[in-house]
Amino acid sequence: MRKIFIAISALFMIAANAQETVLPAKEQKGLLFIKNATIHVGNGKVIENGTIKIKDGKIEEVGANLPIPMDDVKVFDMKGKHVYPGLILPTSTLGLVEISSVRATQDSREIGDMNPNVRALVAYNTDSKVINTLRSNGVLLANVVPQGSFVAGSSSVVQLDAWNWEDAAYKTDAGIHVYMPSLMPRPSFGRFGGGGGGGPQAPQVDPVKEGLEKIEGLKSFFKEAKAYHAETAHEETNLKFEAVKGLFNKGQKLYVHANTVKQTLVALDFVKEFGFEVVLVGGSESYQVADLLKQNNVSVILQQPHSLPTGQDDDVDQPYKTAAALQKAGVLFAISDDDPQTRGRNLPFNAGTAAAYGLSKEEALAAISLNAAKIMGVADKTGSIEVGKDANIVVSEGDLLDMRTSNVTDAFIQGRKIDLTDKHKLLNEKYEQKYELKTKKGF
Amino acid sequence: MRKLKRLAGAGLLLLLANVSISQPTFPENGVADPRHGHFAFTNATIVKDAGTTITNATMVVKDGKIVAVGSGLKIPAGAVEVDCKGKYIYPSFIDVYADYGIPQPQRTGGGGQFNPSQQPQLETATKGAYGWNQAIKSDAEAYRMFAVDDAKAKPLREAGFGTVLTHIKDGIARGTGAVVSLASEKENLVIIKERASAHYSFSKGTSTQSYPGSMMGMIALLRQTYLDAQWYKNKPAAEGLNLSLKAWNETQDLPQIFEAGDKWNNLRADRIGDEFGVQYIIKAGQNEYQRIKEMKGTNATFILPLNYPQAQDVEDPNDARFVSLQDMKHWEMAPANAAAFEKAGIPFCLTTADLRSVNQFWANLRKAMEYGLSENKVMEALTKTPAITLGIYDKVGSLEAGKLGNFLIANGPLFNEKTIILQNWVQGIKYTVKEDAASVAGTYSLTVTSLSGKETYTLDVKNASAVTMFAKDTLNSKFSFDGKLVKISYAPMTRRQRPVMNPGQMPDSVRRTGGGFPGRGGSGMEQALPVTATRLSGVSNGTEWNGTGTDSLGNPLTWTASLVKAAEAKTDSVKKKDVPALGKIVYPFEPFGWDESQQPKQENILIRNATVWTNEKEGVLQNTDVLIKNGKIAAVGKNLTEATARVIDGTGKHVTAGIIDEHSHIAAASINEGGQSVTSEVRIADNLNPDDINIYRQLSGGVTTSHILHGSANVIGGQTQLIKLRWGANDDDLKLKGWPGQIKFALGENVKRSNFSIPGGNNRYPDTRMGVEQVLIDAFTRAKDYQQDWKEYNTAKEKLIKEKKSTASLLAPRRDLELEALVEILEKKRFITCHSYVQSEINGAMEVANKMGYTVNTFTHILEGYKVADKMKKHGSFASTFSDWWAYKMEVEDAIPYNAAIMQKVGLTVAINSDDAEMARRLNHEAAKIVKYGGVTEEEALKMVTLNPAIMLHVDDKVGSLKVGKDGDVVLWSDHPLSIYAKSLYTIVDGTIYFDRQKDEQLQKEIDMERLRLVRKMNGEKRSGAPTIPAQPSYQIMHTCSDHGHSHGLLVIDADDITNE
Repeated sequence: MRKIFIAISALFMIAANAQETVLPAKEQKGLLFIKNATIHVGNGKVIENGTIKIKDGKIEEVGANLPIPMDDVKVFDMKGKHVYPGLILPTSTLGLVEISSVRATQDSREIGDMNPNVRALVAYNTDSKVINTLRSNGVLLANVVPQGSFVAGSSSVVQLDAWNWEDAAYKTDAGIHVYMPSLMPRPSFGRFGGGGGGGPQAPQVDPVKEGLEKIEGLKSFFKEAKAYHAETAHEETNLKFEAVKGLFNKGQKLYVHANTVKQTLVALDFVKEFGFEVVLVGGSESYQVADLLKQNNVSVILQQPHSLPTGQDDDVDQPYKTAAALQKAGVLFAISDDDPQTRGRNLPFNAGTAAAYGLSKEEALAAISLNAAKIMGVADKTGSIEVGKDANIVVSEGDLLDMRTSNVTDAFIQGRKIDLTDKHKLLNEKYEQKYELKTKKGF
Repeated sequence: MRKLKRLAGAGLLLLLANVSISQPTFPENGVADPRHGHFAFTNATIVKDAGTTITNATMVVKDGKIVAVGSGLKIPAGAVEVDCKGKYIYPSFIDVYADYGIPQPQRTGGGGQFNPSQQPQLETATKGAYGWNQAIKSDAEAYRMFAVDDAKAKPLREAGFGTVLTHIKDGIARGTGAVVSLASEKENLVIIKERASAHYSFSKGTSTQSYPGSMMGMIALLRQTYLDAQWYKNKPAAEGLNLSLKAWNETQDLPQIFEAGDKWNNLRADRIGDEFGVQYIIKAGQNEYQRIKEMKGTNATFILPLNYPQAQDVEDPNDARFVSLQDMKHWEMAPANAAAFEKAGIPFCLTTADLRSVNQFWANLRKAMEYGLSENKVMEALTKTPAITLGIYDKVGSLEAGKLGNFLIANGPLFNEKTIILQNWVQGIKYTVKEDAASVAGTYSLTVTSLSGKETYTLDVKNASAVTMFAKDTLNSKFSFDGKLVKISYAPMTRRQRPVMNPGQMPDSVRRTGGGFPGRGGSGMEQALPVTATRLSGVSNGTEWNGTGTDSLGNPLTWTASLVKAAEAKTDSVKKKDVPALGKIVYPFEPFGWDESQQPKQENILIRNATVWTNEKEGVLQNTDVLIKNGKIAAVGKNLTEATARVIDGTGKHVTAGIIDEHSHIAAASINEGGQSVTSEVRIADNLNPDDINIYRQLSGGVTTSHILHGSANVIGGQTQLIKLRWGANDDDLKLKGWPGQIKFALGENVKRSNFSIPGGNNRYPDTRMGVEQVLIDAFTRAKDYQQDWKEYNTAKEKLIKEKKSTASLLAPRRDLELEALVEILEKKRFITCHSYVQSEINGAMEVANKMGYTVNTFTHILEGYKVADKMKKHGSFASTFSDWWAYKMEVEDAIPYNAAIMQKVGLTVAINSDDAEMARRLNHEAAKIVKYGGVTEEEALKMVTLNPAIMLHVDDKVGSLKVGKDGDVVLWSDHPLSIYAKSLYTIVDGTIYFDRQKDEQLQKEIDMERLRLVRKMNGEKRSGAPTIPAQPSYQIMHTCSDHGHSHGLLVIDADDITNE
């Protein structure tokens, strides 16, 4: 018999349970259809009145007029709704940090400057209360990234509906993260300086020189690592060399956290000298070197479009416009949201702002779906609603990138229809009961 | 009468070590040698003061004082005549902002301010019967600390100074200054006026006490100290002896000098003075030209330093990238600061203070003159104005009989490029600055006598270090003359050697680098002489020189030289340079600021055919017009016309009231006064900063009104200020006038300092939410007692007045600014906005309020408001919250984005605020989230950033909706105002368009052009050989709530990271 699920999220009237009772969804078996939807594929295309055929967690067919068998299949009628690929948060400490001011809940930053062997994945806590709040806005995957003062460790991509990190792992240890020295003189302020008062003072040490020396040290490390991997047997095992092996065979990418032009130009060394695939993370000034990034195949993760401009003289909207500049130059880029107060849930709206300032809406969507997947090396599995990929799908009542219309009603990870309950909805429910309020609109 | 027993003879430097002045009370070690320093300076051009010059005049000096000045004076018998033909005599300069002879202040105690890893120091570290605050050093007396220091006096004398006002530059109140001369004599004789001034500043100096930790805290401390000092006059028994207040009172009649050092700080200082009837003399900074009208408005006399920003090396575009236009413009214009004062007719003195070295004085003074400062004004600013300002014009500041013998002798008009100061006489004592190089110049006949006979040469002496020597051929020669001793060496010229270039032919830039003041001619460009050169050494006996030497073979010789013809004095041919071309002064002095020709003006504006969100019962109106007239909303309706109005087509667009941010920390010089747990005496209004670029950035996001809050460092924080974003206005004009004030309270983790890393833990009460409640109860208990004391006093006073009895015996209670603000709360004249998170503390705060008889007007942040919304409603509070923040600290663990909607549905008036300079420009989007999370209507959501904050700020009669008669604060949006795709096209405040998206693009282009011009100018300086410093990224300080992280970019430094408190 044909089972029809009418997706009205308000039907998820969950009693005041703790989030602890939200179970990861079971593996999807057999056929599943999503029909009558406006499908935003993620690659720029939009299919009106489209249907998605999913089998055993994978997308088998996508199109406007797909036949649906009168079989024992699940069919979700999404009439009037918008369907998107599951959004990907490209840099995040999700699951590593629970409450940022409480030290005991911070597992994102290890001691030391050279930690290529440190793995973010093993600290990823699938029971973090933050995770479900992201799913509620359409984020279904995240790149979990270690922080640090220089070489911080490796990141892994996780899907956000899992019992534990091993189940969550989507792509393991595929990024080595380097936080670039600032290469800028440090500030020196008198107290209470008014505008224009008190001249700047020369720095004590040359930060450019100091930073470059540090980077030279890293390059030596890579040279030795390369030599190490060229030998057939080692006198002893070097865990740090072992950890970066993938960089030399493109199994891993080098994520360079940097913003300024100088930092970026220095980062090109890793492309030129070692042939690494480099991803620039931060990239607030990347619009100034967009063509060079394109030439060197460096991709960019714009960490936080919702930022103030770098300098007072800058275009007031520059951070909003940077994405469009990269798009124009043909640079592969993704948008992230690392706001410490909202923890990534505003990812679609950061993309929406980029759409308001020069990207098309579908380009903005790609920046948080397919482009991110490409950068993370998971585009064969996710990032768009295309045949052969995992059925990572988000359904929204309206435009997902605009908070005015975004209302995620359903989401699927690997075809599994996930429970969109989160801590916030539960607390809302609890207090709506206390005050006997009726929601006019569902979660 | 004092006797000057020893005076330097002409031509010799004073050698103090040999003979010291004897004073009547000091025993003499040897034989008395009484002298009177009696001199007559004849044939001189005497500039008595800036306006009076007499030629061919005589001045008589005796016993350190001027006896007579005039032309045709008879030289008194007993006076030594000094012929000053061709010389100019000027009064020596006065520097009113020195610390000459004062020991360097030493830091004592620990304290958090200088070392963030130390615990705050809550009490003063000063021992003794002094006041409570370590930074009030009103008891300091410069004359008691003063010791003559010839090493420091010498460069000042050489720059032309004879007198300085010196004081210890330490503390907010710094005690008295002393006028001293720069004579290297016994202190007893050098101190001219022991208590000449009282000094204040906005710097804690060596104080290690935590309070005050902010600009507004310093202002509050000064205000309170004025009140306390007044109260102390009646010797209140409860206070005992307070040496700080006693000294404060004793020094109030002196000239009051305030080191403010910045254009806005100057105004802040002046307002303190205005409140207490004090006209400060203001020690300025470099940037007053940016607000010269406001400077004039202070009616103050200013003390102007002459230091300027250095040119930066901006050759590398990637370095130049981070140097702001503001810094480059300031570099260009700072040398015009003094000229701007002159042009505005503001009285001022000049000082050597703030210079990296006194040696820069002349170079920088000349630069100021090049930028338009007149000679007369310089003369005045260095002599008469300081003398009059300090009330010592009877002693110094001009050349008149009876005044001190402090004068300069120069070889020409003082401000001519090539003039040098030859001597600086201080208290009738000669100090040679520079030998008169011109006097040696001339043609000499040199005769050298050796075993091999006589040889004759001609010496063409250019100055004290340059000579051309020839017999038949020009010789390679080297020469030096120090006023007495002559050295000459010479050898035949080799073929490769060319004629020596002498310093007179060197470019100015080279000549002037040797220290910067007149007479420092460079040398050292001579060709090297061979070791076999003939060397002569001798002594000048006037126009004839005699000496001995060694010839090229090592044989001894003797020599004489006689003046054949003195060089003719050359007239100074340096032309007056044109004032350099400078960029425009813009308001504010920031990118996107406007110059006077572009000033945004109030205009009548008609927006036609838009979707209009009225926030009134009419709701959202389609195809509707909005008319703004005379700064107010004049009409909302269809088919409006107004002949005088600028018409804007609103088709397809949306009009809303301007956005109001209930919780902002922009546009202030300081935000947190965390030095104590109760600081209701501090006021944001005292330290507004109209130069904050975020004013403009927020206008671009449709914000028109911002509530600038004190931070959350303490339970009872400071008084807040509501401003309108009038970009370019001064600090006072930013204020939204006519609103009842508010005050910031805070609860929870921040006031407990839970997230501070203080070694040994927090030592400031409270450390728990239990303690927070007690702080509140205690503060209001004290406030009530205070209220009662005044009530009783006022009743008693009225009674006496009614009975026509004297009120003299009735002592007023001490005015306490902290408690006064709390009494205002009790009297419903001031409203609370209370930073709060968790339900227990919210409940607690309301219970204290109920008990004490006040209402918590607004709970701000209030992320657990949804848990106690019914209680808040009952208490009568408003709620101002974030849309979707959480999990950045423990107390926001239960924060939910449905909070605003729940509170609204329970019946509270709810606002969405930013607390963040970035998010403030997207508040319409933040409001939209309340539709998404919790499903309030779009109109209700928009009100959360417009009308509702107006209501909680008690200004909904003025702003917050499009109602006829309200302020013309309007935004025209490109799209549905809650949509992520909406942009403000026009942001209008009081009918003035302060943000215009099209004009913004134009401004951006102008900024780029102006940057380019200035980068090229700096590069030009560098290439012309001027010294530069490495490019300095223009970091900006951002003040925040100290509550959470921000995304503010590469160049922004959180104020908390640089100031611990």
